[in-house]
Amino acid sequence: MTEPSEARHSDGRNEEWAREAADVSTPAAVIAEPAGRETIFDVDNVSVYYSDKRAVRDVRIKLARNEITALIGPSGCGKSTFIRCLNRMNDLIPTARVTGAIGYHGQDLYASDVDPVQVRKRIGMVFQKPNPFPKSIYDNIAFGPRVMGVKGDMDEIVETALRRGALWDEVKDRLKTNAFGMSGGQQQRLCIARSLATSPDVLLMDEPCSALDPISTGRIEDLMMELKEDYSIVIVTHNMQQAARVSDMTAFFTVELDGDTGHRTGAVVEYDQTDKIFQNPSDKRTEDYVTGKVG
Amino acid sequence: MASADFTARAAGPSGPGAGLRYRRTRRSTGEQVIKVLLAVAAVLSVVTTTGIVISLLNETISFFGEVGFAEFFFGTDWNPLRRGAQQSFGVLPLIWSTVYLTLIGLLIAIPLGLASAIYLSEYASPRVRRLVKPTLEVLAGIPTIVLGYFALTYVTPVVLRDLLGVEVRIFNGLSAGIVLGILVLPTIASVAEDALSAVPQSLREGAFGLGATQRQVVLRVVFPAALSGIVAALVLGASRAIGETVVILIAAGADPNLTLDLGVSHQTMAAFIAQTARGDISQGGTEFQTIFAVGTTLFVITLLVNAVAIRLVRRFRQVYD
Repeated sequence: MTEPSEARHSDGRNEEWAREAADVSTPAAVIAEPAGRETIFDVDNVSVYYSDKRAVRDVRIKLARNEITALIGPSGCGKSTFIRCLNRMNDLIPTARVTGAIGYHGQDLYASDVDPVQVRKRIGMVFQKPNPFPKSIYDNIAFGPRVMGVKGDMDEIVETALRRGALWDEVKDRLKTNAFGMSGGQQQRLCIARSLATSPDVLLMDEPCSALDPISTGRIEDLMMELKEDYSIVIVTHNMQQAARVSDMTAFFTVELDGDTGHRTGAVVEYDQTDKIFQNPSDKRTEDYVTGKVG
Repeated sequence: MASADFTARAAGPSGPGAGLRYRRTRRSTGEQVIKVLLAVAAVLSVVTTTGIVISLLNETISFFGEVGFAEFFFGTDWNPLRRGAQQSFGVLPLIWSTVYLTLIGLLIAIPLGLASAIYLSEYASPRVRRLVKPTLEVLAGIPTIVLGYFALTYVTPVVLRDLLGVEVRIFNGLSAGIVLGILVLPTIASVAEDALSAVPQSLREGAFGLGATQRQVVLRVVFPAALSGIVAALVLGASRAIGETVVILIAAGADPNLTLDLGVSHQTMAAFIAQTARGDISQGGTEFQTIFAVGTTLFVITLLVNAVAIRLVRRFRQVYD
């Protein structure tokens, strides 16, 4: 990621801000209870380690059903690391270790008898860079249902998924062509449609628009607004306008810099209604970030 | 200033547009020299190859002046070094043994090679991979003469006769085929492993993210995505096996046989050439030209295999950005 924010990490202003961030207030104070809404993820005191280095610490947030939750913050603040805990993608990294508990509809995702494969069938994921398989458009969509052993009319499943992904009209005449021939924006919508084909409960999106042009981004944002009727969505984004436009709740992550080792750890500073985060944040650091003073 | 002079003389633009034209400098002379050297190298390699082919064809054409096309390609009896009526030039036994022993070798090397490639790339821990991959590459460097004697003095008497109780002659096609498999196994495993490892991690994540199991990720996404490189690995292995000489010469004996029986001696094209070229045959005679005729046949077969391979590799090639 070569964003301006990354390059600015070394300047004095940012260092000072990172030191200040080292005394993140107790995360308990920033938990926003989704009052009257059904909790889908209950994240309790989650930390993630790579080998012995802690990448994110003490995340405690509750995510509500049929809402879009945005995770924002500067580079290296652990947003992507955190979102990958929600469908146990971090299991694929041999050195990664997760502590704390993540409740999913009351079930502990990290309980020893939970099968990560089953978790990922319910909790779909869309990645930063579009990653279609080198197969036809049809086979890309059908992949999930096929590995799940879904019996039924595959043509219908594919059409439904592509319609939900707002892609059907563009590709209905070339379903058998290779997905690599699509534009970047189409590929990303294909990846979204591919996730929807398995009828997940939650959709995790890790910076889904960062490789796309503004028009494709707009289409995906429209799509997200439609999808939240049926799905719960968690999105990591670097684009604060995007978070403000689409999300209901926003969690602001920050980087804590260990003065001795120079090691960076991410933590949640504030978690609240998106409107409040952007218009009237409680924490000075959130305000500085959303108004563009730092980061 | 020189450049100002130059542009002024050439009536070129002045101001910001000046000085854009080519100038003869030391740098551009250096570029020219390098270009010529590289071109010479390229031409040399083409000329050498062409020279080899011409010398092959020359003797081959003379050979076919003496022996008929049909007799050579359809005859089933190969006895070029005998005299008189017993002399015969049917090359089929050599072609057959070449293909047959190569297939035996691939039958062993392909499943084992691909399985170890998949294990190393998808299942093994980084530590195991760091240990095993170099070992494979060392295995690929074992001199074939060593493998040949391994076949003759260990595989045939100990493994085949004592352990498995197979009835084989001391020179037999089976041990040669098995060792041929051992010979190409590291090549196939190593090249296929490279192809699998080159598949972007994002594809694996995408598949895992859809709830695929490790096995489904490997078989339905990674393996098809690496198909081009895997085909290349197989063809590389096959080419090595077809051209392999010493193992066959030592383990399979020197008796050409057009038979399915692996317990008896087999002679391949390459083994015949090596066997005959060291013997006392006079230069220029038909016996001598036989070597070139067989060499050309081997060359054409290898060429065909490679041509098919290139087409297959292109067909399955997938470019990831």
